[in-house]
Parts: sequence; C-alpha cells; structure tokens
Amino acid sequence: MSVTHETPITFEQIERNFREIAPPLTEAEAVMEANRCVYCYDAPCTRACPTHIDVPSFIKKIASGNLTGSARVIFDANPIGATCARVCPVDVLCEGACVEKTLMDKPIEIGRLQRYATDAATSRGRELFKAGVSNGKSVGIVGSGPAGLSCATYLARLGYDVTIYERKELPGGLDTYGMASLGELETSHDAVFLGVGLGATARLGIPGEGLEGVYDALDFIERIKTREWASVPIGHTVAVVGAGNTAIDAVTQARRLGAERVLMIYRRSAREMPAYQYEYELAKQDAVEFWWQTAPVEIVADATGSRVASLRCVRMELGEPDASGRRSTQPVAGTEFDIQVDMVVKALGQQKRLDLFGQISGVELDAAGRVRVDKGTMQTGNPKFFAGGDCVNGGREAVDASQMGKLAAQGIHFALTGERVELAGAKIVSPKTSGLH
Amino acid sequence: MADLSVNFAGIKSPNPFWLASAPPTNMGSMVERAFDAGWGGAVWKTLGEPIRNVCSRLAAIDLGPQRMIGLNNIELITDRSLDVNLKEIRECKRKYPKHALIVSLMVESRREAWHDIVRQVEDTGADGVELNFGCPHGMSERGMGAAMGQVPEYTSMVTEWVKEASSLPVIVKLTPNVTNIVPPGRAAVKGGADAISLINTINSVMGVNLDTLVPHPNVGGMAAHGGYCGPAVKPIALNMVSELARDREVGVPISGIGGISTWRDAAEFLLLGATTVQVCTAVMHYGYRIVEDMIDGLSNYLDDKGFASVHDIIGRSVERVTDWGNLDLNYKTVARIDHSKCIQCNLCHIACEDGAHQCIPLVQMNGTRFPVVDEAECVGCNLCYLVCPSPGCISMVRLDDGSHPQTWRELSSKQPETMTGD
Ligand SMILES: Cc1cc2nc3c(=O)[nH]c(=O)nc-3n(C[C@H](O)[C@H](O)[C@H](O)COP(=O)(O)OP(=O)(O)OC[C@H]3O[C@@H](n4cnc5c(N)ncnc54)[C@H](O)[C@@H]3O)c2cc1C
Ligand SMILES: Cc1cc2nc3c(=O)[nH]c(=O)nc-3n(C[C@H](O)[C@H](O)[C@H](O)COP(=O)(O)O)c2cc1C
Ligand code: SF4
Ligand code: SF4
Ligand code: SF4
Repeated sequence: MSVTHETPITFEQIERNFREIAPPLTEAEAVMEANRCVYCYDAPCTRACPTHIDVPSFIKKIASGNLTGSARVIFDANPIGATCARVCPVDVLCEGACVEKTLMDKPIEIGRLQRYATDAATSRGRELFKAGVSNGKSVGIVGSGPAGLSCATYLARLGYDVTIYERKELPGGLDTYGMASLGELETSHDAVFLGVGLGATARLGIPGEGLEGVYDALDFIERIKTREWASVPIGHTVAVVGAGNTAIDAVTQARRLGAERVLMIYRRSAREMPAYQYEYELAKQDAVEFWWQTAPVEIVADATGSRVASLRCVRMELGEPDASGRRSTQPVAGTEFDIQVDMVVKALGQQKRLDLFGQISGVELDAAGRVRVDKGTMQTGNPKFFAGGDCVNGGREAVDASQMGKLAAQGIHFALTGERVELAGAKIVSPKTSGLH
Repeated sequence: MADLSVNFAGIKSPNPFWLASAPPTNMGSMVERAFDAGWGGAVWKTLGEPIRNVCSRLAAIDLGPQRMIGLNNIELITDRSLDVNLKEIRECKRKYPKHALIVSLMVESRREAWHDIVRQVEDTGADGVELNFGCPHGMSERGMGAAMGQVPEYTSMVTEWVKEASSLPVIVKLTPNVTNIVPPGRAAVKGGADAISLINTINSVMGVNLDTLVPHPNVGGMAAHGGYCGPAVKPIALNMVSELARDREVGVPISGIGGISTWRDAAEFLLLGATTVQVCTAVMHYGYRIVEDMIDGLSNYLDDKGFASVHDIIGRSVERVTDWGNLDLNYKTVARIDHSKCIQCNLCHIACEDGAHQCIPLVQMNGTRFPVVDEAECVGCNLCYLVCPSPGCISMVRLDDGSHPQTWRELSSKQPETMTGD
C-alpha cells in the first residue's frame, strides 16, 4: 500500500486519538464495580454471552480478590476472553442484558471487568490450564482466528496433538505452519477444523477502482493496528462506501487519523444499515456525514490520470421489500453528481471462500456461501472436516467464532473417541421453568 | 419543630446525641469542637491511672465497598495524666454549661481509689460519672473493666462505693460479653446506679493477614483479642437495650450505644427504651459533622410523625418486644411479587429454592420468565423480600383466614408435653 497522503494532524495527536476509548479499570474501580453486581442466579448476562461465560462467578471472584480464579472462569468458557473483553459489542450482548441496566440504566461494566481479570492473570503468567495427557490423536486447525484458537485450546486440553496452519505470519510467536493444502491435511490428521474466516472485501465493480487513493477497508484497518502512523494512508476528504460495522470502523478511524471530512456512502437508508445502532451513534458523534440512498458509479481520476480526485455517485430509489425484508434499490436516472475526495475506502463486506472449500469433497456450502455444518458438532458434510466462525455464520463477532470453535472441539472429540464432553459454557443449563399459570 | 432536649437521670442535654467515651472525647479541645458541631453531650475518655498503649490498636471489617462496618480496638483508657484531664474538664464545662459532660472512670478495685477519683471529678463541675465496667481487653486482665461487669456482685459493690462518695448521677456502662444482660443490669441498679449505658465492645478477633499470617491488628508479629463495635454490632446492642428496658427491676434511664451512625439508628434505640444515645465509630469514621444530619433527621422525623418531643418516642416500641412464646402462631403472611418492578435477577428464586421452602418457581409468561410465588407453599419467612434488589418489588402481604390468635404459650399450657422452638 503506497502512502501518498500527509496527515493533517501530528502523529502525537493521532496517538492520543487512538488511545483506548475505555481505559483499563484501576484496582479500586474494579472492586467497586464488582461489588455492584448483585450475583444473579441463572444470570441474564451469562445467557446473553455467546460463549456463556459465568459472569457473576468471575465478577464475584474479582470482588473476593481471587483474580486467578476469575480469569480461569473466563478462559474456561472463552479461550479468547481477553480479546473479547476489548472487542465484544457488550451493549448488545452481556451488558445489554444486565439487570442493573434494567434497574437503573447502568449495567455492570462486564467487558472492562473481564479485561481487568484477564490482564491481571496474564501479567502474573500463572498457568491456568494444562495440556491433557496425550491421547495420540492429531487434529489440524486451519486459521488462527478466534474460531481456530478456541478449538485448538480445548483440543489441547483434551490431550490432542494440535497443529495450527496459518497463511499469515502471526505476531506473538505463535507456532504456526503456513498456508495449508487441505488435501494433505486430510491424510496427515485424524480430523481437521476449518476456521478460515471470510475472503477479501467485495469489489465495487465500477471504473477507477485501481486508482491511487482507493483502499480496501480491511487493509486500511489492519494498517492502523500496527500503529505505525507514517505508513497509514489518510486523506483530507475520505469517502467510505458501505454501512456495515466495518464501514463504521473505517469512518471513525479516518476521523481519528485527522481527516477533515468523512463521508459514508450507502445505497439504502439509515433504517436498513447493517451496523449496530451504537456503532452508528459513535459515527454520528464523530461528525461523519451520511449520504443515504447514494451509490458510487465511478471513481474519477485527477489530471495525472493516476490519483483519485472525486467520487461520482447517483441517487437511489428504494423499492418494495423482498422476501428477506430488504428493499430493492434502483438508481434514479439523471441524478449523477461528483464529490471531491482524495481517498476512497471500500467497505462492502467480505466475500466467501468458495475457492477454498471447493477443494474438499463432501464439504457443502449454502446459498450465501457459508459452510454447512451440524449445529451441535460443527461437522461438515465430510465427516473428517469440522468448521466454525465467520466461514460458517457468514461473518459475525469474534465471540461467536470462539463459541463455534468450542462446539467443534466437542464434536471432534466425540467423532474420534465416542466420548461426550461438556465444555464450560457450551450450552446454558437453565433451571426448570414451570409451565403452569 | 420538635423538642429534642432530654433529661437523663437529672442530666440535662440539648439533644440525645452524646459522644461515647473513646478517642473522639480524648481531650478538651476535641470535646469543645464536638459541642460546636452540635453534639448534646460527651462522655470523656475513661480516666484512671494513665496507661501505656500498644501500636497498632485498631482493625476493621469491610463489606464490599463499605469500609469499616465493624471496628475493633485494643486501646486502653486515657494515656494522659489525671490532672491535665481534670483541668480540661473544668474549663470545658465552664465554656459549655448547657451541654452534658460526663466523665468515664476506671480505677483498681479499692474503695478509696474510687472515692478519691470521683471526688476529684465532682469538683470539676462535670454533670455525672460513667463507670466503665465494659472494656474487654487489657484492663480486664488487670481486674478492671469487663472483669467487673461480668460479675454482678462486683458491679453492685463498686457502684455502691461511688454513690457513697458523690452526689453526681452515676451511669454504669455494661459489657455485652455476658450470656444474659439482665443480671448485670439489675446488679447496677441494686448498687444504686442512676442510669445504665450499653453496650461496650464485644470480644473479637478481626481477621488474619493472609500474607503474614498474623491476625489484625499486628503488634510486633502478635495479636490479642479486642473490642468490637461499629454498625455491625447494632442489632446486638438493640437487643440488650430492649432486654433491660423490658425488665421491671431495672427501671432506670438507658443510654444506648453500639453501631449508631445515623438518626435512624438513634431513633430505633430511643424507641426500644434509650433516653440518650452515644456514638463512637461513626465519628471516628466521618468526624463530628455527622451529628448535623442526626439532629436534622430526627427532628424532621418527629415533626412528620406528629411527635412534639423526643420523650414521646422513648420506649414506645418496648411493649412490642415480647418472648417468642407470646407470638401469634396463626398470623400468616406470604410474599407477593410485582412483576412490573422485577428485573429478573432470579435471586428470590434461588434463595427460596436453596434457603427456604422451594416455592418460587420460574414461570414463562408472554415469552419472559418471571418468578412466581406459590402462596399455598410460602411460609412467609421474608427471605425473598430481603434479597430482592429492586425496591418495592416483593412485598409481604397478610393472609387473614379469620382464625383466632394463638400462642405457643397458650398451646403448651393446654398440652403438657414439651414443645421445642428455635
Ligand atoms: C473491520 C472489522 C471489524 C471487526 N470488529 C469486530 C469487533 O469489534 N468485535 C468483534 O467481536 N468482531 C469484530 N469483527 C469480526 C471478527 O473479526 C470476526 O467475526 C472473527 O475474526 C471471525 O473469526 P474466525 O476465526 O472465524 O476468522 P478470522 O478471524 O478471519 O480468522 C481466519 C484465519 O484463517 C487464516 N486463513 C484463511 N485461509 C487460510 C488457509 N488456507 N490456510 C491457512 N490459514 C488460512 C486467515 O489468515 C485468518 O488468520 C470485525 C471484523 C472486521 C472485518
Ligand atoms: C434462620 C436460622 C436458623 C438457625 N437455626 C439454628 C439451629 O437450629 N441450630 C443452630 O445450632 N444454629 C442455628 N442457627 C445459627 C447458625 O447455625 C449460625 O451459628 C449463625 O447463623 C452464625 O453463622 P453466620 O454468621 O454464618 O450466619 C440458625 C441461623 C439462622 C439464620
Ligand atoms: S446481569 Fe449484571 S448484575 Fe446480574 S450477574 Fe450479570 S453482571 Fe451481575
Ligand atoms: S417468604 Fe420465604 S417461603 Fe415465602 S416465597 Fe419468600 S422465600 Fe419462599
Ligand atoms: S429478586 Fe426481585 S427483581 Fe430479582 S427476580 Fe426476584 S422478584 Fe424479580
């Protein structure tokens, strides 16, 4: 990615802008907050967490000063619990369900408490779980995202010889092998888990997509994560095409990088936008301009013919809702107009990995390109292959992928040994409810 | 505005709020600041032969974010000379003639020693003396404090000695470290006490430091039991106060002490028979200033309830305390849940399930699960009502089936075999 723009603000300012929105809790804050939790029974927060972490249990352990135990409760149900503590959309998950939100509109800060407990345990470096006694069986894990890491962790605890294949180099020295040939894996392992995620961002399919100054949202966001500001592209006026959570990420990041004007271009209306409401609120606070019912038709080059100069758009008309409830869109003839921009970010959503799954006989995809699995065991149409995460659900949250990795570990264990294990938070065990009244 | 002034065994006080004999009444400058803040009276830090204290002396128990719900000390009586104390008492009384100034005393168990000190105190102009028969640590090992209060005969004897030598009102401060508070209370009255104050602190070990393995408070690697006070002891104190208030042989004014932090606590002590209340821990925690809301809150409460004077509520709830055997066995209440206020924490369900009578099932109603009380099974124990975090959500309602009141005492007088209750 060549960087041709100068940021309008200093790197120090950018650094300040990117400081985490919710800073870590201090010990005093954590204990105070933990004590506010009423210790619900069959807690709504635990039900709302896709990995069903026993939230009241880990919170009360913070209150009692048992941070090791607290972290163990978290990681037991969610091996990527430290990451989830930072990236989960808690407003729509655990905190959204918290009774303290119902009682006084002030949910317990579950995410930040989770981070407090996991950070404390990580910094102590105490081993929380041990690898199981080897059972002589080997499993290949393709992809080291949330799904793959979760599945690998549980299998290692169950005594499997686990090999992770990752096509990218991983920071943190995780022992990984490169891009996997799926055919080979089938013969070298007793079972294979596919946690390969989604593919590249969909193309806009309009002229000018290859111009300098046009970026893929995922590349852009990944580049920001390195925190090497000199290598992060940014323009004065940035147009982001799309209105999903990735698009929201891109607009808010562009703002923090110092872009003076940030536009979000979406062909439907605010009502249809796929982003979460609170993400939208965040973008609104960042003074992002929303261009609803607007679609790009061409990226126009400057005089040199190589750089983006403007985005040509057309107004869209919304038709009747289709079977899925989404309304069709239709360009309104003669409404083309140009917006002066010096950077365009494509955030149309990610494509499915059709190419990859075509290599494995028996693995089937649904109409939307998602891998078909048995919901309980995550087994694909090929009994040796299991799958989970974005490639199965079409792209949701890290925590959903983590849960699928856990279910797959149970499924693989059952397929290879015939033994059923119940991993923490695999399912919610509810008290009996009465059918009377 | 209601009249807050009280007359306690002849001692006049502008309000019923006194400082207990403790660090907040250690010396003249402190007591004077307390009077300026609004305290109606003060019981001077116990005088006697000056002692040497250890370091450290205090330890506390916290509950969640609430610090110091209980405090424990191994401090002894005053470490300042008698002359200095007496001089300051004299000055203080001269400056604050309308306030109640009581002097707490503890000397060795010798008639002359008591005669001597009480005469010196009377000479200062102080309003009364309080005999410390309660200190449960250190002093008791020397045959003083609780060592006196735990033996009714000693309590009577020393009280008599003091009465012989002085015309001042004598308050006897009792120790709660006895199995029954009534005998020491009666003994004090028998010895001539004009009033009783209680409770002093309770024997306690506050905890153990899990790193050093030494209990709190640590004195050079060792610890000794101390005296427990603060909000956590209030129920124990209320029981002992009401026991003495109910006892016909006692019949003298009571100064209630133990865990009083707010006007509400104070009002409860007054209702159960105290004429004045004494405060230590809450002042050690927050300072003299807390008396402002004690006065303001009690005054507003009396006005709201239509009482003209604080004397109108003293002892008013005493007749509501009885022995278990006189309670109506046919009185029935059940829990009722207001689902519009329910936040679905399910605490009532699990409490009743594991701690009571398994009668709050979770019931699906319009797609949501709600706890519902099975009133036929509910024994009306109150547990769910106590655990529910949502105000007003669970109420205990009376079910009147028209049956006549019947007590265990009535029943057992009809049937000869013994019945046990807990
Ligand atoms: C911009 C953006 C923002 C997001 N923000 C959040 C958020 O704030 N919170 C949240 O919870 N979720 C967020 N998500 C979603 C979250 O990142 C995904 O749901 C999650 O990463 C899915 O996990 P996964 O394990 O299924 O796949 P991935 O995390 O995508 O991991 C797949 C891995 O497989 C590797 N791989 C692929 N093919 C091969 C192969 N053939 N051989 C070897 N390795 C291969 C890939 O390199 C990759 O490392 C966001 C997603 C995007 C795109
Ligand atoms: C409702 C209730 C009933 C009790 N009944 C008994 C009893 O029957 N026998 C007994 O020895 N103690 C009984 N206790 C006392 C407890 O065993 C225990 O000693 C006391 O509650 C102090 O412990 P805690 O501070 O952990 O509650 C009872 C306590 C409660 C709350
Ligand atoms: S819902 Fe809220 S209060 Fe209840 S257990 Fe979960 S975090 Fe605690
Ligand atoms: S009052 Fe006691 S028995 Fe009745 S429902 Fe509540 S907890 Fe259960
Ligand atoms: S304790 Fe109160 S708020 Fe919680 S479920 Fe029961 S009735 Fe509802």
